[in-house]
Amino acid sequence: MDIRLGMIQMDIAKEARRFLNNECPLDYVREMFEDDRGFTDDKWRKMVGMDWLGVRIPEEYGGMGMGQLDLNVVLEEMGRVLLPGPFLSTAVLAAEAIMAGGSDSQKANILPRIAAGEIKGTIALHERDGGSDPEYIRMEARPNGDGFMLSGTKIGVLDAHVSDLMICAALSQPGSDPLNGITLFVVNPKAKEVSVSLLPVMDGTRKMCAVEFKDLPLSREDILGEVNTGWSFLEKVLQRVQVGLCAENVGGAQRAMEIATSHAKSRVQFDKPIGAFQAIKHRCAEMYVDVECGRSISYWAAWAQDQADRNEASLAASVAKAYCAEMFRKVSTSAIQVLGATGFSWDHDIHLYLKRAKVNEVLFGDPTYHRERIVRILTSGQTYRTERDAGHEVGLKH
Amino acid sequence: MDYRFTQEQEAFREEFTSWLNRNLPQNWNPNAYHKFDSAEEWARAYCDLQRRLFKGGYAGMHLPRQYGGQGRSLMEEVIVLQTLYSVCDELRVPGVVTHSLACPTILTCGSEDQKREFIPKILDGTHLWCQGFSEPNAGSDLANVSTRAVKQGSHYIVNGQKVWTSYGHLANYCILLVSMDWEVAKHKSLSYLLMDMKLPGVEVCPIRQITGGSTFVELFLDNVRVPAEMLVGKEGDGWKIALTTLMYERVLGDVSKASTYLKNFYQLLRMARESRRSGRPVIEDSICRQQLARAYIDVMVLKYHGLRSLSRQAQGGVPGPEGSIGKLLWSEPMQRISEDALTMQGLSGQIIGDSPWTVENGFWQTTFLRSKGDTIAAGTSEIQRNIIGERVLGLPKA
Repeated sequence: MDIRLGMIQMDIAKEARRFLNNECPLDYVREMFEDDRGFTDDKWRKMVGMDWLGVRIPEEYGGMGMGQLDLNVVLEEMGRVLLPGPFLSTAVLAAEAIMAGGSDSQKANILPRIAAGEIKGTIALHERDGGSDPEYIRMEARPNGDGFMLSGTKIGVLDAHVSDLMICAALSQPGSDPLNGITLFVVNPKAKEVSVSLLPVMDGTRKMCAVEFKDLPLSREDILGEVNTGWSFLEKVLQRVQVGLCAENVGGAQRAMEIATSHAKSRVQFDKPIGAFQAIKHRCAEMYVDVECGRSISYWAAWAQDQADRNEASLAASVAKAYCAEMFRKVSTSAIQVLGATGFSWDHDIHLYLKRAKVNEVLFGDPTYHRERIVRILTSGQTYRTERDAGHEVGLKH
Repeated sequence: MDYRFTQEQEAFREEFTSWLNRNLPQNWNPNAYHKFDSAEEWARAYCDLQRRLFKGGYAGMHLPRQYGGQGRSLMEEVIVLQTLYSVCDELRVPGVVTHSLACPTILTCGSEDQKREFIPKILDGTHLWCQGFSEPNAGSDLANVSTRAVKQGSHYIVNGQKVWTSYGHLANYCILLVSMDWEVAKHKSLSYLLMDMKLPGVEVCPIRQITGGSTFVELFLDNVRVPAEMLVGKEGDGWKIALTTLMYERVLGDVSKASTYLKNFYQLLRMARESRRSGRPVIEDSICRQQLARAYIDVMVLKYHGLRSLSRQAQGGVPGPEGSIGKLLWSEPMQRISEDALTMQGLSGQIIGDSPWTVENGFWQTTFLRSKGDTIAAGTSEIQRNIIGERVLGLPKA
């Protein structure tokens, strides 16, 4: 057992920190917050140059073929600087979906272009009545000759306005258990039957769209994987993005804590730096505890993603997502309190952290959803390595 | 990064588990809570198991052979502790000061004679140690001890009063923090003595605690003559020794606690599945499900944070003040978890003694009460947050 980042991972982190400090200062973040597109081509090209788009894409398709933990190291640094733009939607959502369910030709066609930064992608999943529950998919794909016809609306679709391809989840077998009747389609968001509108969301650094489909015809070739098997791929992709968001949250929370702590050292009231007062000191200490725990739990979840034990991977993803989502929201809220009225102003950067925390909290299952999921898994009768190495159920006499 | 133990380590875990299976007290049920009628019986049960561990070659796995240890790695000790703490944590409770404080202190700061004299007797269960740190006027302000030691020839003459001394009436030796009464800052006048509890002038008076039991005492010292060779380190080193050794074994304690808590969690889950409230199984109540998941997340955070700190220490890193996190991670959640457990039991939750309606042998009732002490003993949560705020984050002192 060795729970430390490896040399390569530490190098990746160092490189990412250096690059993002130069290329993604908060001035850029603020500019993109107000910008409809949300990123510049110049920054995107430079990021492609870092090989980040293909971190997880297999080498045969032009990527680096690395693991979730390697990706998380980069995502933590991105979260730290609140990187805007379609990285998460392209490199995690779209790429992982193609990797999980794509045919050989879909992989060969799409993955190298994602890795090379030529195309951007996303997943259209959430619907209005679904809350933050990723399993709630009711939009139907009706049979249409040999293929399907797609009509309905998806909301909260990340970066659809700049995407070249979109993976859309729809109900292809209504009436059956939705989890056995979902099909994923690779669609062109620029088709005339698809209209994409940017939503005026709270966090301008994470663009979301409503996507309306009006009788979009789809052929068999547009299906990702097999008909009605979409959920099995989607589940894998969701775990990847949930665990990825944990790293973003840790990075963002770490920076919010640093901002608050540094303020607590320099701001003087009652003739003392306010950090000398326990009310403030303890708040900062709590932030540190929360961030470090978030890091510990998300390392586990990231590691588990690349292991053979799918039960552990799935459980760890929900444990980490539930914890880190609340952690970042709590830490950024606390940071505003430490900053006082300054933290309430638009000019101070801290609100950007709060807003990112809030969107990451509800994306791909909020903490309540994941806690319910944890209990469902734990009462399902399956066993886990986590139980075994704590000596639980080790065959002792009863 | 790898969370798995090696094959050899897993084989060792199996070997030890099977040994433990044969050496537990008669009819021991690892999934039930064991109450002891008195502190005497409890301490005897601890010593008996410790003797067996020593004979079996499982005591002090990571400690040097010349002092009675097994000379193997820290990971083997972790495996022994994980197993013990998940099947018979009750049997370890009286030995906590002995193994977490006395043993590492003597080993890292003691003289060669002290090591040869005391470590083997700790490992073979001959000696039980108690801790003479707190005083009526030295609680969180531990450096404020007023127990005086005056050197007279080859002895220190000790006078004063200690309090909250766990197992003081049953212990053979005491790690004692005394003041040398110099004209220096108070923490610089402290020294660390090893005191035989049978010396004339040592008097103990049991204190009844919140649970109704008596496991700790007041300690009165009246002209006790402690031989000068029982000084640990140099005169005036007491504060430094007390602080650094607190850090060393803390991480093993966190990992051990995680094993016990995981067992406790599964007990809670079983209770929620088997008991009914308002006409339906508790497990079907959505609020209880959220509470169960929160409990599980707390345990996973403790476990994976503990393993991460341990891993750093196992690779030669020096434990630092970040160990204060672990104390918060086991003391605070158990208060919440036991409160939730009592809520799930409804009015039956009031029954702590033997009755046909007692749930889980009164485990959650006792834990609800006992856990109130966890955030106070060994440095209150407030002191831990001061340490984190000042020594980790660099915030100014009050």
